[in-house]
Amino acid sequence: MSIFVIAYYSLLLIASCLAAFYNQRSAFLLVFSLTLVSFIVGIIGGADALKFIAAIAAAIALAAMVSYAFREFVIIIVSNEMAKELRTAPLTAAFGMFVIFTYAIAGIFAPWIAPFGEAEVIASAFAPADENMLLGADQLGRDMFSRLIYGTRNSVGLALTATLLAFFVGAFLGLLAATKGGFLDNFLGRVADVIMSIPSLIFALLMLSIFGPSMPVIIIAVSIIYAPRVFRLTRAVAGDVVVMDYIEAAKLRGEGTWYLIRREILPNSTAPLVAEFGLEFCFVFLLVAGLSFLGLGIQPPTADWGSMVRENATLISFGEITPLIPAAAIALLTVGVNFVVDWMLHRSSGLKE
Amino acid sequence: MPYDKTKKDVLLKIRNLKIQGYSDESWVDIIKGVDLTLHRGEVMGLIGESGAGKSTIGAAAMGYARDGTRISEDSSIEFDGMELTTATEGERRALRGNRIAYVAQSAAASFNPAHKIIDQHTEGPLQYRLKKRMEAQEDAIDLYNRLRLPNPDEIGFRYPHQVSGGQLQRAMTAMAMSCRPDLIIFDEPTTALDVTTQIEVLAAIRDIVDQFDTAALYITHDLAVVAQMADTIKVLLKGEEVEEGSTAEMMSNPKEEYTKSLWAVRSFKSPQRSREGRDCLISVKNVDAAYSAGPKILDDISFDIYEGMTVAVVGESGSGKSTAARVITGLLPPQKGEVLFKGEPFPADYRNRNKEQLRQCQMIYQMADTALNPKVKISEIIGRPARFYSGLKGAALKARVDELLDLIELEPSQYYNRYPPELSGGQKQRIGIARALAAEPSFIVCDEVTSALDQLVAEGILRLLDRLQDELNLAYMFITHDLATVRSIADEVVVMQNGKVVEQGPKDEMFKPPHHPYTDLLLSSVPEMDPDWLTTLLEERGLENLGESASKQIDPEDDKIMPSDA
Amino acid sequence: MGDILGLVAKRLGLGLVILLVISVIIFFMVELLPGDIAEAVLGQGATEENVRNLREQMGLNDPALVRYFDWLKGAVMLDFGRSIVTQETVMSVIGERFRNTLFLATYAAVIAVPFAITLGVVVALLRNSIFDRVANVLTLTSISSPEFFLGYILILFFSVKWGMFPAIASLSDGMSFWELLERTFLPALTLVLVVTAHMMRMTRAAIINLLASPYIEMARLKGVPPWRVIVRHALPNAWAPIINVIALNLAYLITGVVLVEVVFVYPGIGQALVDAVSKRDFPVVQACCLIFAATFILLNLAADVGAILTNPRLRHPK
Repeated sequence: MSIFVIAYYSLLLIASCLAAFYNQRSAFLLVFSLTLVSFIVGIIGGADALKFIAAIAAAIALAAMVSYAFREFVIIIVSNEMAKELRTAPLTAAFGMFVIFTYAIAGIFAPWIAPFGEAEVIASAFAPADENMLLGADQLGRDMFSRLIYGTRNSVGLALTATLLAFFVGAFLGLLAATKGGFLDNFLGRVADVIMSIPSLIFALLMLSIFGPSMPVIIIAVSIIYAPRVFRLTRAVAGDVVVMDYIEAAKLRGEGTWYLIRREILPNSTAPLVAEFGLEFCFVFLLVAGLSFLGLGIQPPTADWGSMVRENATLISFGEITPLIPAAAIALLTVGVNFVVDWMLHRSSGLKE
Repeated sequence: MPYDKTKKDVLLKIRNLKIQGYSDESWVDIIKGVDLTLHRGEVMGLIGESGAGKSTIGAAAMGYARDGTRISEDSSIEFDGMELTTATEGERRALRGNRIAYVAQSAAASFNPAHKIIDQHTEGPLQYRLKKRMEAQEDAIDLYNRLRLPNPDEIGFRYPHQVSGGQLQRAMTAMAMSCRPDLIIFDEPTTALDVTTQIEVLAAIRDIVDQFDTAALYITHDLAVVAQMADTIKVLLKGEEVEEGSTAEMMSNPKEEYTKSLWAVRSFKSPQRSREGRDCLISVKNVDAAYSAGPKILDDISFDIYEGMTVAVVGESGSGKSTAARVITGLLPPQKGEVLFKGEPFPADYRNRNKEQLRQCQMIYQMADTALNPKVKISEIIGRPARFYSGLKGAALKARVDELLDLIELEPSQYYNRYPPELSGGQKQRIGIARALAAEPSFIVCDEVTSALDQLVAEGILRLLDRLQDELNLAYMFITHDLATVRSIADEVVVMQNGKVVEQGPKDEMFKPPHHPYTDLLLSSVPEMDPDWLTTLLEERGLENLGESASKQIDPEDDKIMPSDA
Repeated sequence: MGDILGLVAKRLGLGLVILLVISVIIFFMVELLPGDIAEAVLGQGATEENVRNLREQMGLNDPALVRYFDWLKGAVMLDFGRSIVTQETVMSVIGERFRNTLFLATYAAVIAVPFAITLGVVVALLRNSIFDRVANVLTLTSISSPEFFLGYILILFFSVKWGMFPAIASLSDGMSFWELLERTFLPALTLVLVVTAHMMRMTRAAIINLLASPYIEMARLKGVPPWRVIVRHALPNAWAPIINVIALNLAYLITGVVLVEVVFVYPGIGQALVDAVSKRDFPVVQACCLIFAATFILLNLAADVGAILTNPRLRHPK
């Protein structure tokens, strides 16, 4: 038995004993079940498997520390009221904010961060990493790292534009339908039903096959697909507000539709709508990434994460993780946004109780 | 009959009960050290305003803490010699349903929709192996009989949604009785019911508790109800006990100021105004109304409202009183008939009314929580109508808002920049009044404005409305199901049943016989503070002339009767 | 019972109408193509004769409405015309593949559904415990990962590093059932991971919602033991939400399968669709879209009908 294995188990056991002693019930349960799982995994996979677990644990611990520090940092720089809310944020949410923040920086300052141009060929195909190229070269000999950084701009930018468009159209129609009611409400509801009865990826493929894969087509197609989902939610949220007596009072006062939406309904719908925006962004982002992966998204030579996975997929069979990196970049941002949304939803549902 | 404490054993002994609730990431005391002693066969009324913690104490008596609450460790709850706070969950569970039973406020929500009533009834006896299934079912039918449910042999074999609210509430009481417990917790069992239905349930509960000599904790906010049901009364305020005593003593001679103030609530009475020298303001003429293709909600309704007077529209849920208000305000255009304002026809749909017409007719709502936009400042809520109708701006607008806040007895500087969620229920209701006044109307619809408020606060609102009426010459249409409110504020009364007006006239005449049979039933069903009221009433009238069955037999076209005929 | 049948019939009718509307969308969207379809398909270098021939073959000389009804009539008989690219009938291109896709989806569903529902209920019962929180983070992560990310990770470990399962899920005739299961294990597992996460979260939410109802508290206050509260009081009311969860996730599987098929080069209808889209082979695209949409609608329909049939208030009308 190597020193690593002994140290590994003793550390876990000491941690569980400490947790038990200080009455940290959930921490104890977590650490001790990890110990038990390690026993089994260790027997099957040997020391390597344990090292793998340790590496994951270390990564999680690192992420937790970063999130904690980031949360404290944000609490200091924002106003008092915001800080009070942020203190209730779990570490996962803080991690999500940190990820979003990092991606925003990478996207905005891409030309300054990336060492090479987006489409600049600097090495031979699939050249391994060296001091010049952090992550090696892709199938045409372009720097992976630079393309990854530029990809933030293109992939996230595209998804964000599409989400914004879908969101404004959907939310506006949803508010209008809830306020006006009657025929308009029914009609829009039926249209949304029909569009939502076609699976989103299939509908996107249909539209792309007809109009060809270009940026504007992707943006419009994705907005058409997701606007009904936003419409449904906005309609439901606003529907809950519209039945309130203060809306009736405003209607009886003679206020117009626009005033009702802007001053009475919207301020009471923002929290769920912001959360919904995050969720929709995740869906759109994954859909667009899927399209790119199928070769029907942003066209080369523009750097884009989904296409990067596809272009370098062959490396997988040589045990290289390079193609996984852009895929991981997609997953990380979606996870981050989802963590923040999860916290927001939890908070708004907690307020109701 | 005063209850003799010395004769019987102690059943439930609660000492220093503290319960904490989790909010804003920390534990806050909801119950702050309450003591309670209940003897075998004793019925104790727990009374207090909303937020007093009555219901939490009720659950704690079963050793049960709802999600998000916990019973503090230094509390003691002793049931028949057994300490519940230290007992295991299994031991506590073995008491529930078996020796301590629970009757919830909403029977419709508390019965499982997936099972027949009788199967839920027999679940307890079968689980505790007290009876065989057939025996348990026979016993259930016997209990349904005793609780005077219609069709006792058959009603248990229905699903909960197939039975009416008042009947379900009695079926739940029967279920609580299924194991013949020593103690039943009644958690506001009649609050959700109409008065005429409530009386049946009250009589049934009282009888069955008497018959089996069961002890009970009767939780309610209604003094008159508790006076009928309880041997002893304990008054609670914000998680603390105010005082306790036998019912008779508490009714006649309360010691604490708070209790006295509760008892004194119904003293306010506005002098009755008459139509003489006044003009007719609103006139509802032969109105029929229905919600899109549904059944008729209003059937040939006519009544007048004179300026500066209060017309109370009384009826139970489903009588159409709120629909009548919707017709007047233009939210629901009538199918037939019309509404006149100062003799001129009012456009049927509010969208077709001009600003001046809209301004004349304002509304105050039942739930102040939903009537005020929580995201808008008080100054904007009150200021908007003033700006909208009168075009006030800047300093003039601010002065007007201050004036309105003064009018509703709130200090302008303190409330100007606050938001509705920061205010108490009564303050919110006052803001709602101020918003209506800001339009300078001549007519205000008050839709159950006091029914969601605690009694003391409600009293304040009534006094305020009465004062404003005299100062500003306002006409009120006062929608309510509460006859005490009618007594204190109305000038004229309109009684509605199933979408028809059964009787109308000046208040004094309405409260004097002869009555229409429905008015008579309504009047006689309202609990009074007198502890012997229910007993006397049952003796005088007999149960068959009260409650749901009686109200079904009444036809709106019936002639007026003297109460002695009933 | 009349009520229930009426509701179900109404819902079925609505599903049929939606399917018709969708067939209209799928067919006429191609008409929106700028310029001439035949020219667009053949590209710049097409001779006029080629274009004329193609127009003839696609029946483009008839008015659109006539062609739509012809197409719809064919679609009902499972005849979607001929592929423009290979000249084979569309059915011969996608018939076999549709069976393969159904097999993969069923494979994944058989593992995922019982697994996810059980885990979802367990997590709901342990809500707010540390396990619940860990499960929350794990499922969120799984939902957030694109299918191809999970797929390639599985390939990297299970096939490249450990050599346990094949990376490419190619099928050949005469494979035994076990061989088939082994070949398609990785794509199925990818789908299971994503769908399980979704389903667990939805089940958890549905059960927690249910456990908050007053009749559950009433059962507890009646002294009913915890297992009986679940089995007797919660479960009979949980069927509707659970059926809903299952149907929605099966519908989700149908879309997820496209990406997974491409990752594992699995001969399913999803890959056929992607190929057809890049080659602009419209008859195949239309057929695939219609099949996917029909399956999707059918599953949603099943969810609604299931909810109607298990609702006690509707089963025992007043």
